[in-house]
Amino acid sequence: MDCRIIVVTSGKGGVGKTTTTANLAASLAKDGHKVAAIDGDVGLRNLDVIMGLENRIVYTLVDVVEGTCRLNQALIKDKRIDNLFLIPTAQSRTKDSVSAEQMLALCAELRKDFDFVLIDSPAGIEAGFHNSAIGADEAIVIVTPEVSAVRDADRIIGLLESMEKAPIRLIINRIKPDMVTRGEMLDVQDVLDILAVDLLGIVPDDESIVTSANKGEPLVLGSTSKAAKAYSNIAKRVAGEEVPIMNLFSDSKGFFSWLFGKKK
Amino acid sequence: MLDFVSKFFKLERSKNVAKERLQLVLIHDRNDISPEILNSLKVEMIATIKKYLEIDEAGIEIELDRADRSVALVANIPLKNINRRTRGRSKRV
Ligand SMILES: Nc1ncnc2c1ncn2[C@@H]1O[C@H](COP(=O)(O)OP(=O)(O)O)[C@@H](O)[C@H]1O
Ligand SMILES: [Mg+2]
Repeated sequence: MDCRIIVVTSGKGGVGKTTTTANLAASLAKDGHKVAAIDGDVGLRNLDVIMGLENRIVYTLVDVVEGTCRLNQALIKDKRIDNLFLIPTAQSRTKDSVSAEQMLALCAELRKDFDFVLIDSPAGIEAGFHNSAIGADEAIVIVTPEVSAVRDADRIIGLLESMEKAPIRLIINRIKPDMVTRGEMLDVQDVLDILAVDLLGIVPDDESIVTSANKGEPLVLGSTSKAAKAYSNIAKRVAGEEVPIMNLFSDSKGFFSWLFGKKK
Repeated sequence: MLDFVSKFFKLERSKNVAKERLQLVLIHDRNDISPEILNSLKVEMIATIKKYLEIDEAGIEIELDRADRSVALVANIPLKNINRRTRGRSKRV
């Protein structure tokens, strides 16, 4: 299989890029794909703690691109999930520690050995974002159903388009079904109408995300929550399987009127 | 009045407000042109127009006009009031 390199990005911070990168990488690996997750947020190391691999870091992304170590010395192998690897980032370095050329060279190297490379991007639209996206073929844009997040997602989608990433697909995260039912939160169709990109998946606002982050255990390691199911569905869709978008509502009638938007 | 009634009965859900506001703000965002681009546009426009007309470069105004649901590029380019030379005395170049 050819390797696919995917950047996970959003524009706005705090919408779930790191959570998504960790859980998608773990789910894809669990499904048998060989996966490398790269923490592209230089200076704000996060992906390692969400994945629960922070105690095993010796070398970082910056060491690899600077040639301080070999690539496979910086690839941390997850002991709980076969085929899952992390390249952590450097905490005490700045965003300009990795150049676009270095990132391209690293991606070319990883391409030889992996089925999927997921790159967790920093917030913003500056050099850090650009470098995290430069080596990617495709993009996953994370958005929450909020005005500011949707606005920033629109900007990021424009930038990804100009960088010729394809496909660019959307994950709508932190959906609160009860608020959607009351008409107090943008629904899936509203967000899709506005952003005009393909939907890759939806993830509910879910306590299990917090507890799994607390423990450093990706949801795929045993959680039975809706968010766990959501991420496992999304991973299958990324790998090309057709899986219906999950039902966040107890009754399917409510779900359909919600999914397709209620006419005023 | 209708607006008031619908608000009173909470028909104006905040998600509809959010959607409308987003649609408007994105019309502006998507048409946003940076000052640098606007400036090089201005320089190139002047160069083109100067080939055909004598213009008052200092008086040129080019800007984006944002009305509620649309954005227009508005250019105001004053032409010089030319006091023509007496014609027919020498060959024009
Ligand atoms: N679906 C969700 N439900 C509940 N909390 C979430 C969800 N997604 C993200 N969060 C929380 O939001 C915060 C930001 O998430 P994170 O993945 O770090 O965002 P980013 O990487 O985009 O800055 C974290 O505290 C995370 O636990
Ligand atoms: Mg992050």
